[in-house]
Amino acid sequence: MTNHMGQPYIRQASVVESLRLAGDGRRIIDVRETSEWSEGHIPTATHLPLREVAERIQELVPDPSTPLLIHCQSGARSARASAELAQLGYGDVVNMAGHIGDWKKLGGAWEEPKQLLTDAQRIRYSRQMLIPEIGQEGQRKLLDAKVLLIGAGALGSGAAFYLASSGVGTIGLVDDDVVEESNLQRQILHTTERIGMLKTESGRLAINALNPQTRVVEHRERLTADNVERLIADYDVILDGTDNFDTRYVLNDAAIKFRKPVVHGSIYRWDGQVTTFVPFEGPCYRCMYPTQPPPELAPACSVAGVLGVLPGIIGLLEANEVFKLVLGVGQTLAGRLLMFDAMGTTFDEVKVWRDPDCPVCGVDSPFAAAAETRVEVPA
Amino acid sequence: MSSVRIPPVLRDAVGGTRQVDAAGDTVSAVLDDLFARYPALRERVTEDGELSHFINVYVNDRDVRYRDGLATTVGPDDTVILLPAMAGGAG
Repeated sequence: MTNHMGQPYIRQASVVESLRLAGDGRRIIDVRETSEWSEGHIPTATHLPLREVAERIQELVPDPSTPLLIHCQSGARSARASAELAQLGYGDVVNMAGHIGDWKKLGGAWEEPKQLLTDAQRIRYSRQMLIPEIGQEGQRKLLDAKVLLIGAGALGSGAAFYLASSGVGTIGLVDDDVVEESNLQRQILHTTERIGMLKTESGRLAINALNPQTRVVEHRERLTADNVERLIADYDVILDGTDNFDTRYVLNDAAIKFRKPVVHGSIYRWDGQVTTFVPFEGPCYRCMYPTQPPPELAPACSVAGVLGVLPGIIGLLEANEVFKLVLGVGQTLAGRLLMFDAMGTTFDEVKVWRDPDCPVCGVDSPFAAAAETRVEVPA
Repeated sequence: MSSVRIPPVLRDAVGGTRQVDAAGDTVSAVLDDLFARYPALRERVTEDGELSHFINVYVNDRDVRYRDGLATTVGPDDTVILLPAMAGGAG
């Protein structure tokens, strides 16, 4: 049906009539923006912002004869959406020509999300909550997350600042060193006036200066086979910034046992490596490096030297992995080793496979459920 | 000629460079060509004539452990990556 201008005819309904139409089972489409939808909506409505109508309507409502009731805040945007839908061939479109506030006053069904965040948190994290993959729910996940940094040194420094600034609720710091002057070229958690202070304490001061709401747990000890299980048990994700192979293997094996994802970073002069180990879903550190090199091929920073910005870059790539693991979005580096060359400013990547013969996560793993011991080997 | 990426800890054995060209149509032949030209490299990464276990070898992005090991073929446009674990971190 068209009007005298040849435009498709759109039926206009008052709020009272719309309530009746909704009761008859008419499909409700809410064309407001995501921020409005997330503050409250009709529980049976489908959300489809006005600017996405043409692109997504067929996916959401494949049958163009479906009776539709379109609403927004006041009736203006829904009128435009209704016209657009009619043009697209939807034949039974009704626009709710009234204010959504009246819908609520007249007893229409309405659902408001439980308050996940305080007002202060909404303001503080507003810029990242605008990102569709984060939003209020994602921010809540970050606030509830507990991340353990092994080492409050070079890799941990940059990561700690961004984890804290983004609202990760609990950050554990494992380190038994004190701040030395030669650390400050790269370990930016610490300051000149805190030379001599325990790194965990200095790190807590730095983190809480940036974000007083972050809970910082100081573990003033070195990670060893004796304390590793106690240290990691309460955390969701572990960021490995250790400086020796023994610790990396000890951490790996316990993380497999307790099913904790570990984000791995390592550095040498101008080169860095990053990957993510997700127990039984991807390879572990032993799958990647079954045998450790002799000490002369694996010198520490104190011997080999390290560019200050390199652990910053690698530590932030590690933090990026932590965010994706906590939020459950995107593709992590599980199964991929990312290699950064600061001298040439290049990134390379190699595939890392689960090793069926791996003593901790392979087919004979003592820690796996039966279904998890199936290891896919590349053709 | 394929390209071979040299990890930072081994660069002093090849004159400080990050990447060298090498002849050979298998990983084994490529390594033999490198070792002939850089005897210091052979000393660092072989034990009893075998490539040490702590060196991972990739052809392009694939670990040769899951292909044909040292017999894995290498084409003229391929990149061979030698990669021992790096320890450095907090330091």
